[in-house]
Amino acid sequence: MFKWLEKNLPKIVMAPAVGLIGWFVYGFVLWTLYISFTNSKILPKYELWGFGQYEKLWASRKWLIAVDNLLIFTALFLIFCVVIGIILAIFLDQKIRAEGLLRTIYLYPMALSFIVTGTAWKWILNPTLGIQKMFRDWGFENFTFDWLVDREMAIYTIVIAGVWQSAGFVMALFLAGLRSVEDEIVKAAKIDGASLFTVYWKILLPMMRPVFFTSFVILVHISIKSYDLIVALTQGGPGISTTMPALYMTQTAFHKSQVGLSAASAMMMFMAVAAVIIPYLYSELRRENAR
Amino acid sequence: MQDSLKSSSYQQLEQKSKYTNMFLRWFLYFILILFASYFIFPLYVMVVTSLKTMEEIRQGTLLSWPSGLNLESWAVAWGGRGYGAGDTFLRPYFWNSIKMVVPAVFFSTFIGAMTGYVLTKWRFKGDQWVFLFLLFGCFIPFQAILLPMARTLGVLGISNSVIGLVLVHTVYGIPFTTLFFRNYYISVPTELVKAARIDGAGFFKIFFKILLPISAPIIVVTVIWQFTQIWNDFLFGSTFSFGEAAPIQVALNNMVLSSTSVKEYNVDMASAIIAGIPTLIVYVLAGKYFIRGLTSGAVKG
Repeated sequence: MFKWLEKNLPKIVMAPAVGLIGWFVYGFVLWTLYISFTNSKILPKYELWGFGQYEKLWASRKWLIAVDNLLIFTALFLIFCVVIGIILAIFLDQKIRAEGLLRTIYLYPMALSFIVTGTAWKWILNPTLGIQKMFRDWGFENFTFDWLVDREMAIYTIVIAGVWQSAGFVMALFLAGLRSVEDEIVKAAKIDGASLFTVYWKILLPMMRPVFFTSFVILVHISIKSYDLIVALTQGGPGISTTMPALYMTQTAFHKSQVGLSAASAMMMFMAVAAVIIPYLYSELRRENAR
Repeated sequence: MQDSLKSSSYQQLEQKSKYTNMFLRWFLYFILILFASYFIFPLYVMVVTSLKTMEEIRQGTLLSWPSGLNLESWAVAWGGRGYGAGDTFLRPYFWNSIKMVVPAVFFSTFIGAMTGYVLTKWRFKGDQWVFLFLLFGCFIPFQAILLPMARTLGVLGISNSVIGLVLVHTVYGIPFTTLFFRNYYISVPTELVKAARIDGAGFFKIFFKILLPISAPIIVVTVIWQFTQIWNDFLFGSTFSFGEAAPIQVALNNMVLSSTSVKEYNVDMASAIIAGIPTLIVYVLAGKYFIRGLTSGAVKG
């Protein structure tokens, strides 16, 4: 008995983690998947109903708006975060004075919650007392900046706040990438007469392919899951114009009590994340095995 | 003649490149400082707004300097006005968050250290698959587990309680803590462990005598990561708790959204700073470890 215990101790120590994840991650996802195929309303029902909830989901105007918003947000969020991140990383890499201080400033939003920063942005972007008033008080009397309360433009305020929060993080990834490149490569290129611009554009940035890939995966992942920022900034409004899938899911589940429908929307999100993550994990594992 | 011509044009060239260099340098700093002001702007606005009276807010602009160190809105945000019902303030929720964060960080870090230790130093057949099995938990969108989790907490009788949130955060932290410790311990030479085993040291003795003493950096990284994630969480907090059991982010959101009386932006901003200050302090004090956690665990949204 004691011998057996000693021999299997490592596995016994592993058991709680494996059990918890097995139950709370895999079991729960399977439960959600099952429920998405039933006609559950307030309480879950267990007789199968086929793809009805998915049909309902894709016929729902609100869901289509949510998907639309997700696509707009993801595209702009990706472009701006990567462009700003790369510019800051390259500029910071030029033996800058006070680099540490600047880096700290660029990255501090990542330490704050989206609720905290969303509250701040909401105050800054509100037309009556925020930026609009500031410019009007400075003498630009016709200056208008009311995106926050404009149905067409409100989604872009979420982009502004989202980019502000995450661009510094992309900067950190690229800075680490640039610093890991051997000095010799840059020196050799300079001796061959390459300008600094050419060195970055033709040599260093192409070498950053894995960093681009990682940033892409992380940023898409953040944007699919974005929820807190929208709650803090617009609550999905004006109207339903800034709804995103994560907000749709919780609203359908907990305010409208449409459990089956919300499970279907959760599974759509799950599949979207899987489509990005599985190739990523696969390539990461291959890289690790190749080492 | 030829020579002098050559050298002078060379000098000219050098002069020119010196000026372009200086210009580029200024341009560089200009852009960097421009971006720094964009990043610092909301924090600045939060701080000055929290120090103004509502009268000053209506008259001045976002950027205008407060007339004095007016801490009243901070006092209201933290302790309320003392008129009883309907008076919401952050103090009790701040303590809820502390009560939630401390055990959840402790348990998830401990479990992660143990699994990381087994996965690297007591390898068994198929351990790579077990790691992958755990790792996948880092990536799932939590919407896919919200519904069954809400029911489970109800069945266990811990919905809308701090204990329930401790359980949730511990469980969904395990994939990350395992990842951190596994990647750290994999670079510790296995020979050390093998030698200790030959000397008759057991499973726990090896962990506490050999691994734990060299684990300080990764423990710091993990604790900071978990602390920041759990403190800043809103999805779990708002789904599984309301009223008195809510953590601080949920309380902050409720305070800002409550439309009972006139909006007091100075109190809102003071509240936001109070809710953000613990993680901000950790970031300023231990930025290096924060970034290390970020770059290896940031897949979580």
